[in-house]
Amino acid sequence: MPAPSIRASRLTSNHIGIALLLGVAYGIVPFTGSEYLLDAILTPFLALALAAVGLNVLTGYAGQVSLGSAAFLAVGAYAAYNFNLRIPELPFLVSLLLAGLVAALVGLVFGLPSLRLRGFYLAVSTLAAQFFVQWALTKFGWFSNDNPSGVIDAPTLNIAGIPVSGAERRYVFSLTIVLIATFLTVRLLASQSGRNFIAVRDHEIAAKVIGVPLLRTKLLAFGISSFLIGIAGVLWAFAYLRTVEPAGFNLDRSFQILFIIIIGGLASIRGSFLGAAFIVVFPLLLSRVGAALLGNVFDSGVLEMSQRIVIGGLIIGLLIAEPRGLIALLDRFSIRVFRKPRHANQQPN
Amino acid sequence: MSAVATANAKTLPLTGEGVEEARVVPAVAGWRPASAALRAAVPVLALEDISVSFGGVVALRDVDLRVAEGEIRAVIGPNGAGKSSLLNVVSGLYRPDRGRVQLGDRHFSHVPTSRLAGFGVARTFQNLALFKGLSVLDNVMMGLVHRRRAGFLQQIAGTPWARREEAANRAAAEEIVGFLHLTEASERIAGTLPYGLQKRVELARALVARPKLLLLDEPLAGMTLTEKQELSRHIRNARDSYGTTIVLIEHDIGVVMDLSDSITVLDHGCKIADGTPDQVRANQAVIDAYLGVAHGDETELAS
Repeated sequence: MPAPSIRASRLTSNHIGIALLLGVAYGIVPFTGSEYLLDAILTPFLALALAAVGLNVLTGYAGQVSLGSAAFLAVGAYAAYNFNLRIPELPFLVSLLLAGLVAALVGLVFGLPSLRLRGFYLAVSTLAAQFFVQWALTKFGWFSNDNPSGVIDAPTLNIAGIPVSGAERRYVFSLTIVLIATFLTVRLLASQSGRNFIAVRDHEIAAKVIGVPLLRTKLLAFGISSFLIGIAGVLWAFAYLRTVEPAGFNLDRSFQILFIIIIGGLASIRGSFLGAAFIVVFPLLLSRVGAALLGNVFDSGVLEMSQRIVIGGLIIGLLIAEPRGLIALLDRFSIRVFRKPRHANQQPN
Repeated sequence: MSAVATANAKTLPLTGEGVEEARVVPAVAGWRPASAALRAAVPVLALEDISVSFGGVVALRDVDLRVAEGEIRAVIGPNGAGKSSLLNVVSGLYRPDRGRVQLGDRHFSHVPTSRLAGFGVARTFQNLALFKGLSVLDNVMMGLVHRRRAGFLQQIAGTPWARREEAANRAAAEEIVGFLHLTEASERIAGTLPYGLQKRVELARALVARPKLLLLDEPLAGMTLTEKQELSRHIRNARDSYGTTIVLIEHDIGVVMDLSDSITVLDHGCKIADGTPDQVRANQAVIDAYLGVAHGDETELAS
């Protein structure tokens, strides 16, 4: 699902493609899609895609590795729950925005070490966010309204008096939020701030000499990234699962989001969506294919193992053969098929 | 003005009306000694007794340097002579053990790198330091980043102020890209360009802010002779068109002799010579440093 390209000034085939996809996503899918498709595939796909966009801002564009994405999902989810619960007068969209801001604040705090640490060491320090948030949400009952295991049940949402209930409405709500957030992110990345991210990633010393404010740029990347992941967390908790516990936001989830951007394509918004689609659809395909080929031998244990093996193998293969991910493969393929007169060296975003 | 007057007083037999006279002097065309002294009065860059060492290894020892406005100054010397260390001290990447750096009328014991661009100083690096994932034009626009004031929310929203800033920077970048004949490559991703072009993009990025002082660390390294001649022309053009003062490190003696107004020679961290190309070419210490012992082998250096 392509997002607008960074250089979005002319009307191109890209724009027509996006318009078509939007038409299908709003005009056809909600009316014809089964509840299973909407609830179990598309809604989690949208939430994960937004989280991947968020992580891609930080890791793909600004070059700061993070293993704490699930923590920011959790912060967003629990913050929205508490704003909704404790200040019921707040419209839900305001709670959503505030939840993103809380996640951004937490992200800023855990982004501070990036001034001194880079690469592997920074990744390890972001693990602190991962473990701290999960621990805090379980330890302090206030966050979950004193539920003994930290579980929260998301209430049915009301947007301007319309209850967001039923698979279709939850899907349309998620789609809208994800599109707006992605659109604003694309605008940011195309601006000077986005160029600063890439400058810091590609050559930090040159960036400093040239006058890029390193502290502000890195913290902005952490803030924006955590904001987006926080919003994704709200969608995850309120539109997709509707009952979440801290254990659901564990390190596995952080890795899942990291894998999405590695598989889909680093520093690519479209890659984030492609990667999320892959991660959501792939296990379903694998279980269908596995069951058809092997019958009863292919139980859930085997499924999970084979899933990990294939994804692991895919990541290794991609890192060696095409570090820019599936989206680069797809672009090359589409150039060959459609023979678009496009600059071979132009890097799509 | 008084500094100007005293500088003049050394070369002109002036008396009481020194100040009045000084105003006229710059207008006198071709009167080189006075205008040279005038410019030397406020050097764009001056180093005083700079010493740098890493552990026990001395990179620079008591180096003095004065670069006048509009000058092209080459810094040469054998490998490990401390040339890059010198530029790193000026750009604040190294903190000298002793000594002071003067940029215009500011003095520093350690130049604050993050404010360098604001002081009107730009530099290139020995190994390419382009932002490989950005297009050529975006790389060049990065050279103006220190002038940006609009915050990120304004950039997202595209407020008139942010848009004006963006448009002004884009126009400035396009101009310099044209100046260095890079227009055809301006939408290409910098990392995909051939080496010679990347070097030129780096020069464009350094020049776009019209710096007062430009530091070039081996701008011609690894180029073919034709590319070297072309880029030398661009460097000279930059000085002539924008009045940029240039300090450059270069190994190719032939190019250096043609390009620069004056040359500083470093060897083992010490300054061993300073002067016009002709003076340096005839300097025995320089010949020794480059050729080891051989006396009378000047032809090779002079060629």
